[in-house]
Amino acid sequence: MSLLVTSQLTKYFGDTHAVDHVDFTVREGEVLALIGSNGAGKTTLVNVVSGLIEPDSGTIRFQDADITGATIHEKIAAGIARSFQLVNLFDQLSALDNIALSIFSRQGKTRRLFALADSDVEVRSEATGVLEQFGLLPKARMVAGGLSQGERKLLDVAVAYALRPKLLFLDEPTSGVSTREKAPIMDIITQVVRSGGITAVIIEHDMDVVFTYCPRVVAMHQGAILADGTPEEIRNNEQVTANMLGTDRHA
Amino acid sequence: MSALPLPPLRVLRWAGPLLVVLVVFPWVVDPYQTTLFSYGLVMAIAALGFNLLLGYTGLLSFGHSAYFGVGAYAVAMIVKYLHVTSLEIFVVGGILASAAISALFGFVCVRYTRIFFSILTMALSQVLWSLAFKFFWVTGGSDGLRVPTPSLLGTHIDPGEDKMTYLAHRYYYYVLAIFLVCTALMWVIVHSPFGKALQAIRDNETRAEFVGVQVRHYRWVAFVVSGTYTGLAGALWVPLNGLTTPDILHWGFSGEIVFFTVLGGFGTFAGPIVGAIVFNYLKTFAVGYTVYWQMFLGIVLVTMVMALPTGIMGMVGRLMERGRRAHAS
Repeated sequence: MSLLVTSQLTKYFGDTHAVDHVDFTVREGEVLALIGSNGAGKTTLVNVVSGLIEPDSGTIRFQDADITGATIHEKIAAGIARSFQLVNLFDQLSALDNIALSIFSRQGKTRRLFALADSDVEVRSEATGVLEQFGLLPKARMVAGGLSQGERKLLDVAVAYALRPKLLFLDEPTSGVSTREKAPIMDIITQVVRSGGITAVIIEHDMDVVFTYCPRVVAMHQGAILADGTPEEIRNNEQVTANMLGTDRHA
Repeated sequence: MSALPLPPLRVLRWAGPLLVVLVVFPWVVDPYQTTLFSYGLVMAIAALGFNLLLGYTGLLSFGHSAYFGVGAYAVAMIVKYLHVTSLEIFVVGGILASAAISALFGFVCVRYTRIFFSILTMALSQVLWSLAFKFFWVTGGSDGLRVPTPSLLGTHIDPGEDKMTYLAHRYYYYVLAIFLVCTALMWVIVHSPFGKALQAIRDNETRAEFVGVQVRHYRWVAFVVSGTYTGLAGALWVPLNGLTTPDILHWGFSGEIVFFTVLGGFGTFAGPIVGAIVFNYLKTFAVGYTVYWQMFLGIVLVTMVMALPTGIMGMVGRLMERGRRAHAS
């Protein structure tokens, strides 16, 4: 069953066709990789769908409802969350508070002025559980700004995950971390996402990561979708190989 | 900003003795010193409100003189037009007037951030300042408006009682009680889910939006709370001073609020309180010592920013942390 469907989705920046009449479908429960070279339009597509920027034309349907003109908050309420390519955390708050804020927000408790955040046992307990799932429990009381890059990447995903979304966009979850750290980070993320029954769209440049963790791969090039298939199909797709993987087999 | 609030028991360990000192204060120092300290407490209430915006929401207002002045002028108008001299009415009037003005100004200002926000807040405060001059038949113009010594909880100053003694005892305790309530309330606010949301906005506005925090709305609420605190301070200040003039609406006074918040350290909860009290003494000393007192205060600020960028309480916090580590090892 389709969870997200975009039809003829378009976003131009001047003469640049960042997202060019894209028909893109995400099926419920899958872990999908969105690949493409720099400037292919992957992040712009996610920015448009998640509400960070408005599309010029086209429609976005989520669970059969038209959310094209919905605000960020409406999209979050509908069940769409995201992480960011450059880690976006609340650096002066503890790791626990970073997670707790997502939970408070989800439960509509951030409007409470006269209740101590720390005394909400239910939220603290859930936040602790999320940190444990992501292997960050020992760092719970550390401020986010003091964590290592790998930990910050995980926390970035955990903050989005704590919103309990139906669809989670992960923008380069392993960028900026060492090669050795990538597999453990992806192991945690995919395990958490699958156990939570969350549909995930992962933007990734590392093809080893893509082909190992994502059963479906969508390749973008110059704002349009170039190919869509299994890792094997993408690996053997000549257009993808020529335009993105950096080698032309016929060359 | 401390991410982890002090546990209540640790807070009580130092707050208890401090409270005792504050209660016995008027009995061990002369009335002038107590009155001076009352001014400090009043400014501390304004600083608490101001720091909700600067320290916790990341918005630097250069227009908080507006809300302080509105609180003070609301009291003066109550006296002038309603002939009421009850401090309880003053407080309610000051709170309502400053809440209304900060809600209005905040609606405009929170649409912007950084320098644009600062300039806008300053410009709006200057509008009120100029109105206070222009509508002199209402505001008294540059002469200002006088405010008599108010009644407290229905009791008036005794015939023959010295005004200074009255202010140094009964009024002091009144101000102290309000200051304590305001401090406790603000402590709860900054440690509430709402307070965490404000800190999230300060740290990363975009991400705050993406965890569902309605940034502009929360900024506006913070602005209103902040302005109301400052207005309450203005309402408590004017009976102490006995007179309100347009000077307190001028952006120069906003600069003083910024000054003492930075002096104490806007990165801590207690910093603005300490800064307001220290600044009050510093200014009184400087004014009495030299005609170039503004230059003196300017030098102090420059020195502070260079030597203690985290303010007095930031430095105290670092020293305590160092002591704890040394003790642990």
